[in-house]
Amino acid sequence: MVSLFRRRSVSRLAAASLVALGLAAGTAQAKVESNDPIKITLHDWTGELISARIIGEVLKKAGYNVDYVQADYLAQFAGLKTGDLHLAPEIWATTGQEALDEGVKSGKVENLGETGMMAIEEWWFPDYMKEKCPGLPDWQALKKCAAEFSAPETAPKGRYLGGPVTWGGFDEERVKALDLDFEVVHAGTDAALFAELQSAYDRKAPIVLWIYAPHWAPIKYKGEFVNFPRYEPACYTDPAWGSNKEATHDCGKPRGPIWKAAWAGLKDKWPGAYSTIKDVKIDNNEMGALVARVDLDGEKVEAVVDDWIAKNEARWKGWLPK
Amino acid sequence: MSAPALEAAPPLARPRAAALLWPVVGAITALLVLLPTSALPGWMWKLPPSWKLPLAGEVSAFVKWLVDSAALGPLAFIDLTRAIAWVLDWPLALARALLVAGFTTGQGSQAVQWFPPLPWFAVVFLAVALAARVGGWRLALLMGAGLGYLLVFGQWASAMVTLASVLVAAPLAVAGGLMVGIACHRSPRAEKAITPLLDLAQTVPVFAYLVPILVLFGFGPVSAMIATILYALPPMVRIAAAAFRAVPEEVVALARMSGCTRRQFTWKVLVPTARPALMLGVNQVILLTLNMVIIASMIGAGGLGYDVLTALRRLAIGAGIEAGLAITVLAILLDRLAQAMARASERGRHHGARAPRRYWLPVLAVSAALWLAAFLAPPLATFPDSLQLSTAAWWDEWVRWINITFFDTLDAFKNAVLLNLLVPVKRFMLALPWPWVALVAAFAGWRAGGAGLALGALAGVLFIVFVGLWEYAALTLYLCGVSVLVAVTLGVPIGIFASGRERLWRAVEVAIDTLQTLPSFVYLIPIVMLFRVGDFTAMIAIVLYAIAPAIRYTAHGLRGVPAPLVEAGIANGCTRTQLLTRIKLPLALPDMLLGVNQTIMLALSMLVITALVGTRDLGQEVYSALAKADVGRGVVAGLCVAIIAMVADRLISAAALRLKRRLGLS
Repeated sequence: MVSLFRRRSVSRLAAASLVALGLAAGTAQAKVESNDPIKITLHDWTGELISARIIGEVLKKAGYNVDYVQADYLAQFAGLKTGDLHLAPEIWATTGQEALDEGVKSGKVENLGETGMMAIEEWWFPDYMKEKCPGLPDWQALKKCAAEFSAPETAPKGRYLGGPVTWGGFDEERVKALDLDFEVVHAGTDAALFAELQSAYDRKAPIVLWIYAPHWAPIKYKGEFVNFPRYEPACYTDPAWGSNKEATHDCGKPRGPIWKAAWAGLKDKWPGAYSTIKDVKIDNNEMGALVARVDLDGEKVEAVVDDWIAKNEARWKGWLPK
Repeated sequence: MSAPALEAAPPLARPRAAALLWPVVGAITALLVLLPTSALPGWMWKLPPSWKLPLAGEVSAFVKWLVDSAALGPLAFIDLTRAIAWVLDWPLALARALLVAGFTTGQGSQAVQWFPPLPWFAVVFLAVALAARVGGWRLALLMGAGLGYLLVFGQWASAMVTLASVLVAAPLAVAGGLMVGIACHRSPRAEKAITPLLDLAQTVPVFAYLVPILVLFGFGPVSAMIATILYALPPMVRIAAAAFRAVPEEVVALARMSGCTRRQFTWKVLVPTARPALMLGVNQVILLTLNMVIIASMIGAGGLGYDVLTALRRLAIGAGIEAGLAITVLAILLDRLAQAMARASERGRHHGARAPRRYWLPVLAVSAALWLAAFLAPPLATFPDSLQLSTAAWWDEWVRWINITFFDTLDAFKNAVLLNLLVPVKRFMLALPWPWVALVAAFAGWRAGGAGLALGALAGVLFIVFVGLWEYAALTLYLCGVSVLVAVTLGVPIGIFASGRERLWRAVEVAIDTLQTLPSFVYLIPIVMLFRVGDFTAMIAIVLYAIAPAIRYTAHGLRGVPAPLVEAGIANGCTRTQLLTRIKLPLALPDMLLGVNQTIMLALSMLVITALVGTRDLGQEVYSALAKADVGRGVVAGLCVAIIAMVADRLISAAALRLKRRLGLS
């Protein structure tokens, strides 16, 4: 983290010192369209930090000036619209779609396409629950052993720990449509979500909750996603679809791509960087392995990314502007 | 809590009809709640959509206009705000250069450093020298220990980022607050206009206006600083205004007689006389500035707040606690230093300055030499890794151990509280029809403060109802109400017990300072592990945060009871209990009510944080609005929080004033 801060603050200062000292800009780089720093946002989960740094380091190899800025996942759209920030490396279709759509509609934010990662979100249970509820991961098993998942405040119904209300997810509808004897309790943040999982996991206590991937949790804890009937768009709109002929949402959650989003002016100011960013692709397995090295093995994000850059030279060279 | 006071003083007893008043109100309320829902029309709980005011949409449209097309002549509004941000960036950039980044040229990853920032040993030397000068060896020792914590636990780099922004934000907030306070003192009309704005700044959750601020002032540390100043300034204004009011009449008269100009009067008489009270304002500004560190880090301020957030996202509780404690350490060091500086300048005023040059010249020379050393030998400037340590693993293990060992016991306790306290109150609040609540609020306003307050309270409730947020407001009242109740029942006895015992009081003071500055997020996550997501967890978090003023003001009030009165009581043969219930408590009551008032304010300000553990109240509404990029919805929900706070504040203040009059204290 330390060097991260240094780098960032250095650049914050740069403009000021430049004016103050009346000095010319630093070493001018050839080729690149503008020497202004491209500001890439950093959020508070490891996968995103890795994505941001991989893109950033590749851009540096192409001679671009890069600056990392910490920003809140949702608040960053204000900065992307005004051009204070330039690139958000991960916008999940499952959590940020509305904010992204709103930005794209305003004409000030551009969707730069998929990162290659797919966001998976689904009900998830630790392995030890299979003994208490045989038949898992098939969702029908939940019907029979809802009581195994109950807590005093929901008994005899099972307790399902859903994500923050802001994530949506239609779990109340799903429970009703599939006739599951469960009550949905919402965590407010994913930190709270995983705090509960850690607590239950340590005590081998019953739990079924909303988990998403790519994330360190499904790597650290042994368990599986529940197999619901596969999502199709019709499931959410047409009651006739699926097992329950009278209700929508009788299926699992949709999976969606993780997008790259940028300030709309990026394309004109740094066309080369624009094409490079569009080309960057990393898939779930690769990212999962990198995240695990940071969150589970305690390596530094910078070290993991530098290592990746060293080992994948052919790949990122193909992304550079031609 | 007023019962003993009233018994103690017979002449204060109310007329009989009035005494029956509140029991009657209570009885009607109980009746209304117990009635089957079908007995009253449904709109009394849930407003039909067609009655709703489309305020949220209008606010969104206004903000859009402000950002896109508002202009003062040729100057676009957004250019003006950007210019302000540019000006404010200067001191911030300087502080960051000194403490964090060093002096550089070039931008972004191409920046080249040509002179390093102050190395850690220079910062430690300067800070300890300053502490020794203004506060003696005790403060120097505290300073050394505090900075030592930051170094040894590897928090130094982040702490300097946070310190740089606090060193700019806190003085600006103090100066700004002082100016506004002076303006309020000079013109009662200005005070009337400013007071509601202060209330809004203090009670509307930051998330509600975060997006407009980011757009207007740009994304980064400056916006974070502006949000921080907005949040930290109001208590300074309030305290300054109150302090100026309390300046003795004789002093004012003397100033008049000696022919002071207005400026002389302000700076040579008013401010110096009010200084001890003003220092309480400085204390609050520093605490609140550090309080905002977490939210500021979400919008690009970085530093310790960011460390706390990232650590907790990884469930690295130990790392989160260490970074959180570093914030507390900074707060305590800065606060004690500021207090000592004020006392030192007071002494200097009375005894004449003691050759400051002879002290500071060598200190600065040594610091400069240390700085140069860091420039010549850069490796020196990094604190050696081998001397750093971390207790993170120990904390993690400890939380896990408690979790495994005590979960069942804690769970039983939680369920008891949940079933016997939280759930009944929640049902009760949701069963209240809003017209009755509006009526009771107006009536209480009329009893406490007259027609104006009655109208205000009525308008407040109706606003909440007609923007369609009554249900959320009822849940807010429930959660905050219960939490305040618990905080007061625990805090007041602690305050009473600690007030007479000097040593204990000092320990309690450190504990409540810690609770107020340690980011609540730090203890929220372990609490979730022990008690799971839900209202109980939210309640504990709110109580922990809001209990501080209940303790502080109770103790403050008791310690402020005039000594002759206590002695008179002793001379009359009062027992200890009698002394407390018959003399001290009644006299401290107005102060204690202020404490309750502040407890309510803090409880409401925690709503946004507890939204993070899944409550369904106004705080969640504000947070969801941020998630959906819906500015209007966030602002309206934020205003509702502010209205609840303001109505509660006005009612309690009016009641405290009446009480003071009856006790003959004013």
